[in-house]
Amino acid sequence: MNVASKPETVETEIDGPLYESRRKIYPIAVHGTFRRIKWTLLIITLGIYYLLPFVRWDRGPNAPSQAVLVDLANGRFYFFFIEIWPQEIYYVTGLLILAALVLFLMNAVAGRLWCGYLCPQTVWTDLFQVIERMVEGDPRQRREKLKTASRAQRAFEAAAKHFLWIMVAWWTGGAWVLYFADAPTLTMQLLKGEGPAVAYLWIGILTFTTYVLAGHMREQVCTYMCPWPRIQAALTDEYALNVTYRYDRGEPRGSLKKTEALKREGLPAGDCVDCHQCVAACPTGVDIRLGSQLACIQCGLCIDACDTVMKKVGRPTALIAYDTEMNVERRSKGLAPITKILRARTVLYAALIAVIGGIMVYSLAARGTESVSVLHDRNPLFVQLSDGSIRNAYTMRIVNKQPMPRRFAVAVEGVPQARLEVAGGVSAVENGHPVIEVGPDQTYELRVLLSTHAKLPAEASLGITFSITDVAGGQTSTVFDHFKGP
Amino acid sequence: MADIHKNDVDAITGVSTTGHEWDGIRELNNPLPRWWLWVFYLCIVWSVAYWVVYPAWPLVSSYTSGVFGWKSRDAVQVQLADLRAQRAAFADKLDAASLEQIESTPALLSFARAQGRAAFGDNCAPCHGAGAGGSKGYPNLNDDDWMWGGSLEQIQQTLLHGIRSADPDAHVGDMPAFGRDGILTRPEVVVVADYVRSLGNLPVPAGVTPDLTKGKELFEANCAACHGADGKGNIELGAPNLTDGIWLYGSDRDSVIATITNGRAGIMPAWSGRLDPTTIKALTVYVHSLGGGS
Repeated sequence: MNVASKPETVETEIDGPLYESRRKIYPIAVHGTFRRIKWTLLIITLGIYYLLPFVRWDRGPNAPSQAVLVDLANGRFYFFFIEIWPQEIYYVTGLLILAALVLFLMNAVAGRLWCGYLCPQTVWTDLFQVIERMVEGDPRQRREKLKTASRAQRAFEAAAKHFLWIMVAWWTGGAWVLYFADAPTLTMQLLKGEGPAVAYLWIGILTFTTYVLAGHMREQVCTYMCPWPRIQAALTDEYALNVTYRYDRGEPRGSLKKTEALKREGLPAGDCVDCHQCVAACPTGVDIRLGSQLACIQCGLCIDACDTVMKKVGRPTALIAYDTEMNVERRSKGLAPITKILRARTVLYAALIAVIGGIMVYSLAARGTESVSVLHDRNPLFVQLSDGSIRNAYTMRIVNKQPMPRRFAVAVEGVPQARLEVAGGVSAVENGHPVIEVGPDQTYELRVLLSTHAKLPAEASLGITFSITDVAGGQTSTVFDHFKGP
Repeated sequence: MADIHKNDVDAITGVSTTGHEWDGIRELNNPLPRWWLWVFYLCIVWSVAYWVVYPAWPLVSSYTSGVFGWKSRDAVQVQLADLRAQRAAFADKLDAASLEQIESTPALLSFARAQGRAAFGDNCAPCHGAGAGGSKGYPNLNDDDWMWGGSLEQIQQTLLHGIRSADPDAHVGDMPAFGRDGILTRPEVVVVADYVRSLGNLPVPAGVTPDLTKGKELFEANCAACHGADGKGNIELGAPNLTDGIWLYGSDRDSVIATITNGRAGIMPAWSGRLDPTTIKALTVYVHSLGGGS
């Protein structure tokens, strides 16, 4: 059981231990507003995670019909109506920047909202703790069982708990791989034991990490492994709301009887009855009454625990609440608290989010369904032909992002008396332009030979523009390059 | 940890110190979590196990080979076999298709060009250059001038059997050493050289008055058998077209005189037997696509 509020005994031996033994934390169950918010978020986030791969999205005959799919084999990422090609990886960069800014904004408004409510480590740990309590009971019951229940029963319960944990962990890994292949097909393959080896490998890895991180490591991940608490502390300011113990109201703490007696005598007495429920409820084992600290993930469960007690003893709730250290101090000096959501940093983060989000939405909406790029042959830069004309060769790549085959006419501007050919007998010629067919959702690479009989200036380097035009639709894409001469 | 001082405790944190101090900043002795320590020990055990099962320690003339018998060379062989197996689907199609079919099928063309480019870099680039731009005596394969023919079949024939190689089916054509062997006198060689340069409309150097009538006479008597009366060459004999703008050994007067005096006999090895037929097919298509053949 958890008596974390005691300061640790100071190690003063000459040969102190190389390691710190872990204090096991078994938080008690609490009920209240924040617990309800956390249950709701847990159901929503886990629901999305486990079920999203099964959502279908019709993209026509030449594309997969899974709403969210990372198709590594074909180098495509599908997200509902959006399709991302590998060269558009900068959208992922944009998403990561947005994610960081949203994290900063949340932090500027109300501290570690991410850590307390949304972080996978928190959500899965919550889930694992529910299972633990369902099987083995609340910490109090577990202590009881140490005396009353038989060794066999306790062993059975422990085994059942680990089995259920591994089942959840296995399902977590199973859901992960479904994002990388057609989910219903892969599910059937996995059930029949016919899935690809790499799928089993990843399920195994994620089963292991989920079981270890959510079942065994828990708050150690937050306090030892995660960099965010360190960064977060440097990014916060005095206006950011944090889960705060209002010591102006709570101190001097004392038992209910004692404080009531003091109050009757008109002596100073706080509302805190020193019941330790906030500490017992804490998933990271901190005592919030010591102030904000690195290990506190600000999940709000101590608020629920404290409010429950306050209601029972008939004192006002919110002794622990989302508040700021600054306001606690102001109130203790008799000043009015300040709440300031609109601050330079919140406005700046929000504006940056709007700008970057706007750029991403615009570039997504405005991107073409075809594109062309060319690579000029560097070796040799140019070739003299037998009739004395000069030829440059280019590797051209045409991208067709539509789910249907399209035909593109290739043209060039900027070279007098230009003769444009496509090496290899794959092109038809229509209206004097070579025409190339590019398959649905594909790129096609061709070798383009551009020659001219015109007299060129010495060491000529002409700016030229290649264009591809959809023969049926008329959409055009261009690319700039050079034509070199002797 | 011998210099941990007893009772040297940091007042603010209540944590003992290691006794190390830099400019008043003292190092606290915050111990590591136990699991971290176990991971550290596990890594040490792992490294020792690694020495046992994998090649690790150098000996005087060899090394400890490890009980798994793993060798990087074997790993490469396995990867190469995997690569061949992966390519098999396309390689079989290349084998089955004709050269023309390969060029007119986009997927096969892409594959053949990719494989051809790799094979070209390994085998052909030393003479023809990485981009097949050629150099003096080694033809540029990006242009439209082909001494032994620039169709797909002709290129494949050249690749398979070579030019003046030991292969019995190799291309053979002799450009005699007219000057060195005494067939023509030195002044005659010069006259022929001036005439040949006039065929290609090359500029006459200052102070030179070509005797084109005598040159034509000598050309028809000595050169036309291979190069043709009009000088347009003959791909059966590898006799180059002398009227175009491409000169393998240079077009200046001295170079042409040197060519007529000493003859020319460039050699290309036969690749049949050195490269497998699929690779030669891919190379053929690649070379043909460089400049579009002829």
